[in-house]
Amino acid sequence: MASRVLWASRAASYLRISTFNRAFSTVLKDLKYADTHEWVKVDGDSATVGITDHAQDHLGDVVYVELPEVGSTVAQGANFGAVESVKATSDIISPVSGEIVEVNEELSNSPGLVNASPYENGWIIKVKLNDAAELNSLMDSDKYTKFCEEEDNH
Amino acid sequence: MTLHNVKKTVLPIVNLVRMQGVPILDQLHLEERLLRCDFKNWCILNVGTPQPTIVMGVSGKPSELINIKSVIYNQVPVIRRFTGGGTVIVDKETIFVTLICSREAIPLLNLYPQPIMSWTGTLYRDALSDFGKFHLRENDYVFNNLKFGGNAQSITKNRWIHHTSFLWDYDVRNMDYLKHPPRSPKYRLERSHEQFLCKMKEIIPSKLIFIEKTLNSLQKHFVLQPTQPEDIDALNAPYAPSSRMLTREELEQELLSTCA
Repeated sequence: MASRVLWASRAASYLRISTFNRAFSTVLKDLKYADTHEWVKVDGDSATVGITDHAQDHLGDVVYVELPEVGSTVAQGANFGAVESVKATSDIISPVSGEIVEVNEELSNSPGLVNASPYENGWIIKVKLNDAAELNSLMDSDKYTKFCEEEDNH
Repeated sequence: MTLHNVKKTVLPIVNLVRMQGVPILDQLHLEERLLRCDFKNWCILNVGTPQPTIVMGVSGKPSELINIKSVIYNQVPVIRRFTGGGTVIVDKETIFVTLICSREAIPLLNLYPQPIMSWTGTLYRDALSDFGKFHLRENDYVFNNLKFGGNAQSITKNRWIHHTSFLWDYDVRNMDYLKHPPRSPKYRLERSHEQFLCKMKEIIPSKLIFIEKTLNSLQKHFVLQPTQPEDIDALNAPYAPSSRMLTREELEQELLSTCA
């Protein structure tokens, strides 16, 4: 058992992911995270946004994603869309401000991508950033991991 | 009185709005405003809506959920509401109970669908277990395995709404407007609407008793403050609710798309 845990943590380190001791939600090291459980992947002045593995796990099976319009603007901390799961719509809150340049149309036919691949195929919007300094207010992977643990333990 | 005793008795305030026969679309608009434009906690009680109305969840597709031809022929209104969940047909014998709360109202409650649903399950269990074997079963309120209320939720950054349409009584002919939905709970077991649902009037002595029991259960968690609808500030907030009635043209288009 100890050797399996050791192997798992070495594999996690190689793959640049961190895992909880309870081995539940995945957190990727290169992303930034909001306390509302959205992730951001920055590429120059563009960003890709989705919801985290922790969020999709707690939401349950996603059956519908309400997507915003391309060309509309998002503001950090404001909702821009919603997911439906377990008879509930849950707001998706933008971790950054800017103009939406692309939405993941695949989610209209396959909303379950949010559950199956929250950090890759389940991405939700791409944004041209207004203010890169906003990223400083987001959490890194270690802080977000701790944040999730505290939320689950309270 | 010690500080500890004072702390124990301080419960959050919930503004209680009691209505009779308010049209369900107006109720939904009020609820959406209170969720999005207000910061207080609310309980909305509405006994009946004037005419039979179909209410779908936010992602509902009419072609999958309703028998469109007969709905158009009989001019039954169809509403798409802002919360998730399934399709119901409501009328003057439906009792609506809605809870809208801020995160702080129930501090240890995580704002995700399942915890909120479980919490309301305990609320109604406290209210109704005297009358029968109440369960929250696959997110439905049931006596034994018969559903008597449809519920749905919407969760924002720091607020949530949970609303329920309770079937005090219903006309079984109205259920014919609804198809067997593509996503059904397992415990339904292919049963028809008539076999799957039950009427609360056959289990609970009166509407008043049901309402009083529900309010008593709420009072274990909140201080209920009666509020008149005309005193609600959020009614004047510049906000366009998203719940709306589908037009005849939209329904006809849906019908055509299934025939194509």
